[in-house]
Amino acid sequence: MMKSIRIGSGAGYAGDRIEPAIDIIKYGDLDYIIFECLAERTIALAQKEKLENPDKGYNNLLEYRMEKIMPVLQAHPVKIITNMGAANPTSAAEKIYEIAKKHDLPHLKIAAIEGDNVLKNLPDYQNETILENGNTVQMLGDSIISANAYIGAKQITEALASGADIIVTGRVADPSLVTGPIMYEFGKSYDDYDFLGKSIVAGHLIECSGQVTGGYFAVPGKKDVPELWNLGFPILTFKDNGDIELEKLPGTGGILNTATVKEQLLYEIQDPANYLTPDVIADFTKITVHQMENERVSVRGATGKKPTGKYKVSIGFLDGWIGEGEISYGGRSALERAKLSSEIVKKRMEILQLKFKEVRFDLIGVNSLFGNALLNENEPIEIRLRISAIANTEAEAAKIGQEVETLYTNGPAGGGGARSYLRKIVAINSILISAEVISPRIIWRGGNGV
Amino acid sequence: MKLYDIAHSRTGDKGDISTISIIAYNPDDYPMILEQITEEKVLSQFKAIGATKVTRYELPLIHALNFVIENTLGGGVTRSLALDSHGKALSFLILELDII
Repeated sequence: MMKSIRIGSGAGYAGDRIEPAIDIIKYGDLDYIIFECLAERTIALAQKEKLENPDKGYNNLLEYRMEKIMPVLQAHPVKIITNMGAANPTSAAEKIYEIAKKHDLPHLKIAAIEGDNVLKNLPDYQNETILENGNTVQMLGDSIISANAYIGAKQITEALASGADIIVTGRVADPSLVTGPIMYEFGKSYDDYDFLGKSIVAGHLIECSGQVTGGYFAVPGKKDVPELWNLGFPILTFKDNGDIELEKLPGTGGILNTATVKEQLLYEIQDPANYLTPDVIADFTKITVHQMENERVSVRGATGKKPTGKYKVSIGFLDGWIGEGEISYGGRSALERAKLSSEIVKKRMEILQLKFKEVRFDLIGVNSLFGNALLNENEPIEIRLRISAIANTEAEAAKIGQEVETLYTNGPAGGGGARSYLRKIVAINSILISAEVISPRIIWRGGNGV
Repeated sequence: MKLYDIAHSRTGDKGDISTISIIAYNPDDYPMILEQITEEKVLSQFKAIGATKVTRYELPLIHALNFVIENTLGGGVTRSLALDSHGKALSFLILELDII
């Protein structure tokens, strides 16, 4: 009989809903569940947190999720693979083990995968070119707070071969969370680029969870999606010939069809013939998508090529502060009053000689999303003015919100709902480094031990 | 007619790049989309938000195009002053293109 495995997706981003994850653990007949919780910048923020407390720096919903999952694992022993370790997989594994013991599951073997943190290697890469802007690493100077390589699936496969029940990683390429168990289950070699390509596409399709089952999709009247408040998360069946089938639980909300699958297939893809991952260069160009019975969709024809041998590294650095101020105008002449407010703040910035690296004026309801690309046929009945700026210091950035607030008593008529926001910029730049300098390792916790 | 009437779309982001798919609802409309939704047309639509370069990839087996649009995100998601720093809404800008 043809072998197949079932992998569910329990989170598509750091703060995702937990209920649909519990549902697929209970009723999805899963072998594995992945939780993808690490955006490009999340790890830099986590690194900062770890600097302040060496036991922290993992996903801040880790405890919450594990407290919900553990009681269900007794009856449904699914293996869990997650990048919720963020900047501190080992501490995350310890925390998971603590929760496992509490729920009478001290036998669970927990593997933390470390080694994506390459901050200490950066001195060797001072002249490396930054992919986004052609600058060098040196130019970032002492503003750098983190450097993490996107590592691949090999250590996940290894950990499973050594009996891991739960695997917690840091910066692993998102689809590799799925490639790891597939390569383990089918015993394929990491030189089998065709099979690796198929596994990466499988991972890519479910890594954003609800985005393939009707999330980020609905257009009322045109692309209707039932019960988004009860969105079902995806379950993937991967077969030994590399064919992929997607499904969601009956009775859940959302929708799964060729349209939702195609949208997610191309999500965040650049050249579809060359999707670069640490494990393989996946090729999407021969993929076909087919509707099956019972709201299932099959995906076939992915393939792959030898990887580049380079890993992408996300460098997190502090890049000043963003200050924002907003205020609303309504009714007749709302647009004219909002524009007058913009002029007033511009003048005030001149008078006070405020120095910003960048300033932006948005009329929300008119041009905040698309600039002037589209013509407004009717004047909106409500406008929200938003002024934002980048400054070197917190105090300078705070001036924007203060100036917008003064429009209450110093600005045009009927200005209401002034709010201000202030945040530190943790920006990301990327470089490529040779895979050879990175040596990920597995750290074990649990298994009735420590 | 607008592209909105015959195709659906989703935006993703990488650094200062937007990736936007265009997928025909009906496979019969794919050749028309292929002919009319060119790199030049998309660039002119996205110039207003700073786009400098557009690359189009064709996926005829799934009746889709994939656009890679550079410099749309105000210097990148992490430092952009834009309200929608990920450019999530941009699929609905491309769908406003005319189909004649």
